[in-house]
Amino acid sequence: MNTSVSLSLRDVHLAFGRNQVLRGVDLDVARGATACVIGPSGSGKSTLLRTVNRLLEPDRGDVLLDGRSVLRDDPDALRQRVGMVFQQFNLFPHMSVLRNITLALRRIRKLGEDEAVAVARTHLDRVGLAAKADARPAHLSGGQQQRVAIARALAMQPQVMLFDEATSALDPELVKGVLALMADLSAQGMTMVVVTHEMGFAREVADTVAFMDAGVVLEAGEPAAVFEAAQHPRLRRFLSQVL
Amino acid sequence: MDPLRTLWETFFDWESMREALPEMITVGLPNTLILAVTAALFGSALGILLAVAGISRTRWLRWPARVYTDVFRGLPAAATILLIGVGLAPLGMQVWGPNPYPLGILALSLIAAAYIGEIFRSGIQSVEATQLEAARALGFSWGEAMRVVIIPQGIRRILPAWVNQLIALIKDSSLVYFLGLLASQRELFRIGQDYAANTGNQSALLLAGLFYLALTVPLTHVVNWIDRRLRHGRPATGPAGDEPDDLDLALPGAAGGNR
Repeated sequence: MNTSVSLSLRDVHLAFGRNQVLRGVDLDVARGATACVIGPSGSGKSTLLRTVNRLLEPDRGDVLLDGRSVLRDDPDALRQRVGMVFQQFNLFPHMSVLRNITLALRRIRKLGEDEAVAVARTHLDRVGLAAKADARPAHLSGGQQQRVAIARALAMQPQVMLFDEATSALDPELVKGVLALMADLSAQGMTMVVVTHEMGFAREVADTVAFMDAGVVLEAGEPAAVFEAAQHPRLRRFLSQVL
Repeated sequence: MDPLRTLWETFFDWESMREALPEMITVGLPNTLILAVTAALFGSALGILLAVAGISRTRWLRWPARVYTDVFRGLPAAATILLIGVGLAPLGMQVWGPNPYPLGILALSLIAAAYIGEIFRSGIQSVEATQLEAARALGFSWGEAMRVVIIPQGIRRILPAWVNQLIALIKDSSLVYFLGLLASQRELFRIGQDYAANTGNQSALLLAGLFYLALTVPLTHVVNWIDRRLRHGRPATGPAGDEPDDLDLALPGAAGGNR
């Protein structure tokens, strides 16, 4: 985990056709820190996350890891350094849990079969699912699937982790386990950007909370400042609705 | 002789059938299977290229794939087989001599590719876009993500349609007869027709028909069986019993969870 890097977004713009989704986003996440991005639906949070690993290419602006722009790097190489966890888990349904994890280890990190399996089992163990290695994703609960997805991302030894509403698709009783895992990861010094509607998690775990609306970060700061002393009226209105 | 009896003997003359049977089994059946299965394999290989080209973002791949599909699906199979079998005969002569058999396979493959390409394309496009996103996020290139994540899932979903295409090929393989096959290259239909022409009795042709049914009817049941398994998932097995890379036909999310 000590290989984490700092992440900075500078004036990131992105449009889908005429629809300006990001209108100049700035965000700084220190090495080993956790930033939570909150805001109403459609404010551009998920889009922003995807510009970090260039699943979406920004039209303008820059993305920096440890102060170095990644926009000229090979995107596939960049994505090996940046893990991502999705709202719908997106496990590969035609493979066992174990194969979901070893696939990229073997084909991208070029590990041998035995080593890939060992690494995968270590990470499955870490998320408490060592017993499910041979199961199909469809046989797992949503919470278990999401923990496998986290293990799959972590097995690639990323320097940054992105979480896109990782608990939004989960039944309420399963949310806690996944959030606890994310909090652990944060405590161990992983640099994380977490798009979330879990305000409790943001308040307790985040080093920085950024409030997005209509494609810009309207307000960012320490959780206490954002939650207890919100400056922007739009943020105050948002908080009054979700808290 | 009463007309009913004449009719019966025209189609069910056991003697004619028994006469044709050995050649049906030793010559006709193998040739029909060779033609159909080889064309299915070549057609699938070309079909997968057509499918990938057909969903490419590059116009120069998408367009030719589109035109190819329209042409080969739009022409009658008999016309295509004759055009290729006769039209390319001089070229074939230089490559493998005066042998129409490979050209027959080529023509069948080209036709099958157009249909199979469309089947593959629909299968690939039925896989959720989020699967591609997840694979790309792990660092897979587009091509490798397609190869190891998207296409394997798409292919499982189109297996019934693919087997249907194999059935069509078994039937269409009867059309290569008019390229003028050697005696040893004749498939079921041609052998039946030869016996029928020699004797004026249709029983051998009917026997050929029975052979076709013996091939195609079980295959249609295979289609139905695969289809059922796709829809309802396979019989419940303990997760621990799964082979790491077995051919699981259950649709993603079929057992809940991925809602």
